Parts: sequence; C-alpha cells; structure tokens
Amino acid sequence: MRSIRAAAVGAVTMSLALAASACGGGSSTGGGSNDSPKTLTYWASNQGASIEVDKKVLQPELDKFEKQTGIKVKLEVVPWSDLLNRILTATTSGQGPDVLNIGNTWSASLQATGALLPWDAKNFEKIGGKDRFVDSALGSTGAEGKDPAAVPLYSMAYALYYNKQIFADAGIAKPPVTWDELIADGKKISAKGKSVLGAEGSNLSENIHHVFVFGKQHGADFFTPDGKADFTSDGVVAAVKQYVDLMAKDKVIPTGNAEYAQNQSVSDFAKGKQAMLLWQSAAANLKSQGMSEDQYGIAPVPVQSGTPGTGNQVNSMVAGINLAVFKNSHNLDGATKFVKFMTSDEEQKVLNTAYSSIPPVKAAQEDSAFTSPSNAVLKDTLAKSASALPQVADESQFETAVGTAVKELFADAAAGRPVTTESVKAKLQKAQQQMPTK
Amino acid sequence: MSTGTNMTTTTASADTGERTVRKNSPGAARSPRRTGRIRRIGLPYLLLLPALLLELLVHLVPMVIGIVMSFKELTQFYIRDWGTAPWSGFDNYKVSLDFNAPVGDALLHSFLVTVGFTLLSVGLCWLIGTAAAVFMQDTFRGRGLLRALFLVPYALPVYAAVITWVFMFQHDNGLVNHVLHDQLHLTDKPSFWLIGDNSFVALLVVSVWKGWPFAFLIVMAGLQNIPKELYEAAALDGAGMLQQIRRITLPSLRPVNQVLILVLFLWTFNDFNTPYVLFGKAAPEAADLISVHIYQASFVTWNFGTGSAMSVLLLLFLLVVTGVYLLLTSRGRKTADV
Repeated sequence: MRSIRAAAVGAVTMSLALAASACGGGSSTGGGSNDSPKTLTYWASNQGASIEVDKKVLQPELDKFEKQTGIKVKLEVVPWSDLLNRILTATTSGQGPDVLNIGNTWSASLQATGALLPWDAKNFEKIGGKDRFVDSALGSTGAEGKDPAAVPLYSMAYALYYNKQIFADAGIAKPPVTWDELIADGKKISAKGKSVLGAEGSNLSENIHHVFVFGKQHGADFFTPDGKADFTSDGVVAAVKQYVDLMAKDKVIPTGNAEYAQNQSVSDFAKGKQAMLLWQSAAANLKSQGMSEDQYGIAPVPVQSGTPGTGNQVNSMVAGINLAVFKNSHNLDGATKFVKFMTSDEEQKVLNTAYSSIPPVKAAQEDSAFTSPSNAVLKDTLAKSASALPQVADESQFETAVGTAVKELFADAAAGRPVTTESVKAKLQKAQQQMPTK
Repeated sequence: MSTGTNMTTTTASADTGERTVRKNSPGAARSPRRTGRIRRIGLPYLLLLPALLLELLVHLVPMVIGIVMSFKELTQFYIRDWGTAPWSGFDNYKVSLDFNAPVGDALLHSFLVTVGFTLLSVGLCWLIGTAAAVFMQDTFRGRGLLRALFLVPYALPVYAAVITWVFMFQHDNGLVNHVLHDQLHLTDKPSFWLIGDNSFVALLVVSVWKGWPFAFLIVMAGLQNIPKELYEAAALDGAGMLQQIRRITLPSLRPVNQVLILVLFLWTFNDFNTPYVLFGKAAPEAADLISVHIYQASFVTWNFGTGSAMSVLLLLFLLVVTGVYLLLTSRGRKTADV
C-alpha cells in the first residue's frame, strides 16, 4: 500500500514538474537589452585551416578585449556546414549568440528576417563611422537602401593560384590572362600528365561564385534590378555553359572534380597534382597543407579578353565575412563595443594577417603587412574588378537552386553526357521555377 | 494540474480512512470499498500520467506545431516571430500537390524514388537477413563470432559508417572503383557513385548494408521459438530443406515478419541520415529521397510552411500505409488461424 502511494505521489510530482517545464520553455522574442553587461557569446566562422586554429587565433584577442572592458567573451567556432542552419535556428527560437560572423552573401537574406541589429548612422557612430570601411565591402552588407545588417570584418577575393614548377615544366612563361589562354595552357599541362584546373563541382556556393562572375563577363545578371529571379537569359545560359564547359568541352577541369565538395581541389593543388586553382585568399590554407609561398604564384582570375576591370571585366565576387549583432542580445552595449574592438585598426591587422585576408578597414589596409605581391593582387581585385553578389532577400535560395543546377550539369559532363545550350537552359529554367514567387 | 494534486489528497485520505474503518467497524465498509475501486481503476492512469505528458511534450506537441506551421506562410520574413506569419489556408498543400508545377513535380519524383528505394531496400534486407538467420541455425564452430560480426553494421554509429562509404565510393581514390575498375576491369572507366544515376545504387547498397543485420537479429530471435520437433517430424515425413523452410519456418515466422517488415519500411522510408551524409544538402535526382527533399524545401529554401505541409502529407501517407498493412496482415492471420 505504502509503496503504491509513494508511486502515485511520485507520478503526480513528475507530471507537475513536466507541465511546469513545458510552460517555461518558451522565450520572449522581443528586442534586446543590457541585462547581462559582463558576458558576450560570439559565434565565429571557420576561417583558418581548422576550428582549433581559429581558437588559437581568436582567444588571445578576446582576452585582450576582456582586459580592456571587463567583458568576458564566450567563443564558439561554428563550421561552415552548420553556420547558416545555426543562425536560422537561433533566429526562430530567439536564443542565439550576441555577436556572430556571417558570410557576406547572406547579408540581405538574414536582414529580411529582422534578427540582426541594423547599423544605422547612430550605431555606426559608436564604432567610428561608416567612412572607415572600404566601399566594395560595404556593398555586401545588406539590401540597397536599407541600413546594413552587419559590418565588414574580413575581405577576400578570388585569384588564380598556379604551381610554378608545373608551369615551368610545361614551358609556360606567365599565367593566363584570358580563358582562351588558360585553355591553351591546359593542353600543354595535360601533355605533362598533370591535371589543369581544380573545381568544387558539388559545392553549391563555389558554383555560384564562379557562374556569377562568368555572368558578369557575359553582361548578365541573375536578378532583374527590381529583385526578380532571371536565370534563363541568353547571357546567364552562356555564362553557366562556359563554366561547365571547362570540364565538358575544354577538358581543363578533371571529371573527378564533379563530386568535390570538401575542398579536395585545394588539396590536389597543394600536393602538386594540379596546376591551377581559382580560390579566395588561399595562402593560409595552402600553407597549412604544406605548400610554401614560393612554390606558387598568384595572378588575377582570367577574363574573356583585355584586363580585369568593371562591367564585363569583373573577375571576382566580393568575398568576405561580416560581423553582425543579434537583435535579441542581452548585452547590446557590450556587443557594439566588441564590434568596435574587432574592427579597430590594430585588431584588423592581427586578424587579417592570420587569415591571409584583406582588411575592409581603410586605415588597416595601408599597413605594410598587406602590400606583399600576393596581397596586392587580392587588394587590386577588390578595389577594381570585384562585384558584390546580388543583395536580395532570396539570395540564399538562389545559391541553392542555381548551385544545384550547376552541380547537376557537372554530373552530366562527368558522365560524358553532352552539355548543350538547351540542357543548360532547361536546368536553369527548373532552378528559376523553384524560386519563391512574389 | 490541480486535479492531479486533488487526486493525491483524496487517495491519501481515503487510504487512511479505509485503514481505520477496516480496523474499527467492518460493517461500514461499503463506501470505502467504492473509493477503493476508484483507486484501483484510477491508479494505472495516474501512473501513466508522466509518460503521457512526456509523450505529449516530445511527440504530440511538435507534431501539432508542425501541422499548424503547414497552414502558415512561414518564410524568412516571418521566422523571427511566428505569430506574425500570415495564415495561408491550404496554399502550401496546393503548391506541394500541384504535380504540373515544378515544386509538386519534384515532390512526386522524390516520392516515387523513395517508394522504389524503400521496396528494394526492405526486400533485400529481409531476404539477406532471413537467409543468414536460417543458415546460422545449425551450430558450428565460429557461429557466435559470425553472428557478432554480422551485427557490426547495425551497431556502428550512422555517421561513421556512412562517411566511410563516402570515401569508398569516391571517383578518384575510392575503394569501390579501385576494385571494380582497376582490378576486376568490369567497367571501361571509373564510375561516379555519388553523383548522377549511379547514386541510387550507392544509396541502396549502403541502406541494405546498414539495415539487414536488424532483420537478421529479429528473424534469428523468431527462429528460437519454432519447436525442433516440427523439423524432426517433417524430416521423418521426407521433407527436404527447402520444403521445411517453406512449410515450417516461414509460416512460423509470420507474426515476426509482419512487425519486422513494417518497422523496416517505416525506417527506410523516413531515413534521413544515410542520404544526407552520402550526398549532402542537394541529393542527386536519382537518389532524391523524400526526407532530404523536405529538408531542402524547408531549411535550404527557408520556406518552413511548405516543408511542413510536405511533412504532413508524408505523415498521412505513412499512416494510411501502416493502417492498411496492419488490417490486411492481421485479417490474413485470423483466417489462417481458422
């Protein structure tokens, strides 16, 4: 009897506890506050060769910040494969970090959710003003005409990395300037038994970055000026076809690369199996894989003809990382202070040197650390011939839909199926139909 | 909540009451007996209550929220505050079921791929599992070791197992191509397994590899319950091995198989981990399983309303299949018993 009673009491107690915890689970999705001024949570993106490397780079700086302000920053380095999902989940639940890194191409999409603190003139004033940042970097911080959703933290650009030894063996004197030259050089390199150019055919974002630039070179955009998807124009079709043809017709990208999605092409290049690589700020990555800086050269990404510039001569996207503040933060003042710290001239030098990126802060860019020949190419590209990906709310859907289309076209090319203007157009048509209609 | 508390107090006081009554005046036992009965009937429910609430919390509440979401236009503009997302009626369902439009068409394609994949995978898992279990019935040296070995794929963590397959299926350096192409020369050139049409085969292989040990385990357990005498009698009557399997083993395994097939079907149909680890966020068309498809429809395109609508449709389909299956198989068993 007694034990049954105990069981009954236990059952009721547990039910009560459950009911109570279920009721208490929710949280407010209201605005931010300054309730906990002594701590901050920071989600950093994975910039170095590994998450451990990132922690080693960032922790000393965070300690410095704590010494200056007394605010303790809890660091979490989130891998790229998880970052966007984590941000979406944080947005949905209202439980997120105070400060976070975002890929700059996501700025407009995340801005549309309203989860990030808008950087109006007042907020910019707190970190030293908008003028401190380079214009091209500010172009990737949110939709035009709206207050930026984030501030630039690291800037990167695509460049052509080439293996000096393979080039010398194949008798190539200087890196190719146009795509035709690259294809011609490719024949000489193939003859020496090396693969020519790396690509990440199954990595949707990489695909997007490249076809976007090819689109520019064909005078085509993936979105109309009023933000509607426009994937099937002749220019876009020609652009996508030209990129996939590097594998299908010109045979400079090995068919095996069609299934690459984990930066295998960087490893192939670092191991000396492959002559060229189109990558953004790869120096630190290559170094960690054992390729020293004198083994490779850096040149601007090829164009159709002439030299890189604006308009049809664009040869890179504006790649980079932005720093955003979560609107729900319980330490808005501290978060702003942290952004100020991270974008200060001194920290910009330290961090961008560690990640072989270019500071988006004008004053820091002047530093001698960023005038080496390799950085000069990247800096030049960013300043003169880089263009920002469409800053529209549907950008993230665009990456998925068109990125998948390119992945499927690469799969066709790898299987030896013909890639024609019609087949490219059909895939892009399908991608366009998957975009939200509004 | 408050009823729960009241109930304890009533039970407790009734309990003490009864005890005094029983001791002092056995004649007045009528009404305490009734409370005793209530208690006897009520107690099981009371004990079930925590489980019921947990079930509500873990299963039903998310399901209901999912259903509610499917009637909302839950895109990136509203996820921060779901309350403000406009109701969209049956729009999400219309979009999902309009097979002439791209979204519905892709869903239908994915559904058909999943049905084909599930039938093949469950069939092969069952066949291999049963065959292995039957062969392992007789005792021989090393049987225990083999049994344990067979269960390894089932015991391995999914991610570790599938990522190993990803490496083996790689085009350039994968073990599969090395064996098929470099050593056996079965193909003219190395095949792609993780992209293109072959991806279906790759997915099926991994799924069967991962699933059959479970069938093996369950059938093996079922076989222990078949009396040896049946086989001895059959052998005396001159039945061969195949006939014994057909006339004794399979009919005796019927109830086990009924549950086994259903469970395998539900697991395989809903499997998310295997295709996701194999192919990542964008599965090749030939292996576009519905769970990953729905994930992509909601997470990658940030349209959680449509994703939820698709999930609800999937839930309805699985409910119908399960219901019909149980109805048919249990009716069949009843007639067999008669």
